[in-house]
Amino acid sequence: MNTKDDKQHSEQLVSNPAKLKQQQVEAEEMEVISPWKDTLKQLRKNRLAIAGFIIIAFFIVVGLVAPFLTPYTFSEQDPVNRLQSPNMDHWLGTDHLGRDIFTRIAHGARISLMVGFFAVTGALLFGTLFGIIAGYYGRWIDMLISRIFDILLAFPSILLAIAVVAILGASLQNALIAIAIINIPIFGRLVRSKVISLREEEFILAAKAQGMKSGRILRHHILPNSLAPIIVQGTLGFGTAILEAAALGFLGLGAQPPTPEWGKMLADSRDFIQLAPWTLIFPGVSIMLVVLGFNLIGDGLRDALDPKMKN
Amino acid sequence: MTKPILEVNNLKKYFEIKGGVFGKTVAEVKAVDDVSFTVNEGEILGIVGESGCGKSTTGKAILRLLEPTEGEVKFEDQDITKLGPEEMRKLRRHMQIIFQDPYASLNPRHTVEKIVGEPLLVHGMTSAKERKDRVQELLEVVGLRAFHASKYPHQFSGGQRQRIGIARALANNPKLIICDEPVSALDVSVQSQILNLMEDLRQEFNLTYVFIAHDLSVVKHISDRVGVMYLGKMVELADKDEIYENPKHPYTQALLSAVPVADPDAQIDRVILEGDVPSPSNPPSGCPFHTRCPKVMDICKEVKPVFQEDEEQHYVACHLYE
Repeated sequence: MNTKDDKQHSEQLVSNPAKLKQQQVEAEEMEVISPWKDTLKQLRKNRLAIAGFIIIAFFIVVGLVAPFLTPYTFSEQDPVNRLQSPNMDHWLGTDHLGRDIFTRIAHGARISLMVGFFAVTGALLFGTLFGIIAGYYGRWIDMLISRIFDILLAFPSILLAIAVVAILGASLQNALIAIAIINIPIFGRLVRSKVISLREEEFILAAKAQGMKSGRILRHHILPNSLAPIIVQGTLGFGTAILEAAALGFLGLGAQPPTPEWGKMLADSRDFIQLAPWTLIFPGVSIMLVVLGFNLIGDGLRDALDPKMKN
Repeated sequence: MTKPILEVNNLKKYFEIKGGVFGKTVAEVKAVDDVSFTVNEGEILGIVGESGCGKSTTGKAILRLLEPTEGEVKFEDQDITKLGPEEMRKLRRHMQIIFQDPYASLNPRHTVEKIVGEPLLVHGMTSAKERKDRVQELLEVVGLRAFHASKYPHQFSGGQRQRIGIARALANNPKLIICDEPVSALDVSVQSQILNLMEDLRQEFNLTYVFIAHDLSVVKHISDRVGVMYLGKMVELADKDEIYENPKHPYTQALLSAVPVADPDAQIDRVILEGDVPSPSNPPSGCPFHTRCPKVMDICKEVKPVFQEDEEQHYVACHLYE
C-alpha cells in the first residue's frame, strides 16, 4: 500500500477543519463503554439486586467462618439441653438432640451454597454444550438432543431427582448430580433457542464471509452473545437448586445424618413443630432467604442485561 | 481491462418449503433462477431490482454464504462451487462482502479493533502488533480515526458503522467485494459520503464491485454496467449509459420511468405496471414478466425468452428482440 496515497486520502477525508475539531472533542468525551461494564453500572442502580447481593454475601461469610462462630460443633449432642428456645448460650435454640441450631445453620450454609454452585455449574456447562451443538448444527442432532430434553422436562423435576438418587444411592453427592441432571434441559433449551436466533444474525454471516471456521464463530461470536440469558438463568437456578437439595434432604434422599443440611433439619424437627417451632423456623427462613437473594440478583441481572430496559 | 474476474453461469438458488407431517419438500421458492453474467476486473457491476427479486440472494450465493442449488461461479477461472470447505475458507480473503444493515452486521460485544482485526488473524496475521497497526491504517483509509479502535459498535452512527464494515471487508486486500445494498440503510447525506468513499477505494486498491441496490440513482452514480433482475432472473444487462438511455426490456423501461426527476414541470411518460410481483414459488409460465408486461404477446405466455446479446454488450431476455 502506498503511504503517500494514504496520507492524501485521509487528509481529503478530514479536510474540513471544523469537523476535525469536532472529532477531537469527541475523542475526549467518548469513553469506551464495554457492554459488560454497562451491565454492572445498571446493576448497581438496582436496589433489590443490591439487597440480594448483601443476603448472599452474608450467608457466604457465615459459611466461611462457621467453625469459629460458636463453641459448639454441628454434631455435638447435649440431651440435657434439648429443645431449648433461643437464649444467650444457644442463639437460635437447640434441636431434639440438643444440637445448637445456629451452628448447624452456619455449617448448612456451606452445604447449600456448595450444592447450588456445583449443581448449577454442572447443569450450565453441559446444558450450554448440548444447547450450542443442537442450535448450531441443527438437523438430526438438534432433533435428538431436543427430544431428550423434552423427555427430561416431561417428568416433574423432583420425581426425576428421586429416580436418579434411587439409582445412584442416597447421598449428598448423588443428590447434587441429580439436581445437575434435571437442570441440564433448562439451560440447554435456553441456549439452543438463543443460538438459533443468533445464527441468523448478519454478523455471524459476516464472520463466515471473513473465512472463519465454525469453532471460532461459536467461541468468539455466538457464545459471548448468548451469555446474558445463561447468566440470568444460572443465578435463578442457584436458588432452585438449593430448594431442590433441601427437598431431597427433607425426603431423606440427600444429605445423611448428622450432616447439617437445611432440608434434613426441617425433616428432623417436623415432629416438634408445636413444642419447639424455632427448630423449623430458622432453617426454613434460611432456605427462603438464600433463594430470595439469588432470585433478586437474577431479576436484577435480567433487567440490566436486557437492552430494552435501558433508559 | 476486459479480463473477467468473476463469471456466473446458470446460477440457481431454490429454497425448499417443508411441510406436512414428515417434513417433505412441498414447494420451492426460486429465488435465483438461471442467472448468468460476468464481472470484469476493476469494474463496478450494478444489480438492480425490486424487493424480493433475488438480487441479495445472488450476491450471497456467489460467495457461497448461501449454497447455490445449481450453476457455476468462476472466480479467476476457478469454479468455487466445487471447492472444499477449507479451500473455500482460504479463498474468502479475496472475495468480501459489505452488508446492508450496519447495525446488524457488527458483533455488538467486540471492539472495532477486534472486528477489523479478526479477518487478519484468521488469514494468518498472528502478530498482535502488526494487526493493531493494520487496523489503525484501515480505519484511517475509511475515514475513521485511530482512537476509534477501542470503541464498541453501539458508540457509532450508522455511517460510521458502515465505514467499519468497509474496513473489515478491506482488511485482507480483497480483489472482489459484493456490496449488498451498502447504503440503503443510511441517510441520504451519508449515502453520498459512503458512495464516494467506495469509489475512492476502488481506484486506490483496484477493487471490483458487484453493487446490489434498489435505488436506481445510486446505481447510476456508481456503476459501469448495470444488470436488472426480475423474479429471480436477469432480464437486461448493459453499459450504464446504454441501459439508462436505451432500455430495451419493458420492465427496465417501467423501472426507469419511475425514477423521480428533479424538475416539477418535467413531462415524463410513466409506464405504470399493474398488479403485483408474482410469487417466486409459483412463477408464471413463459416469460416471468408476462403477467404485467404492457407489450405482452402470445408467445410470452408459453416460451421463456432467452437471455442473449441483442446489440454489442447489451443483453436482454425478451421476445420483442428475437
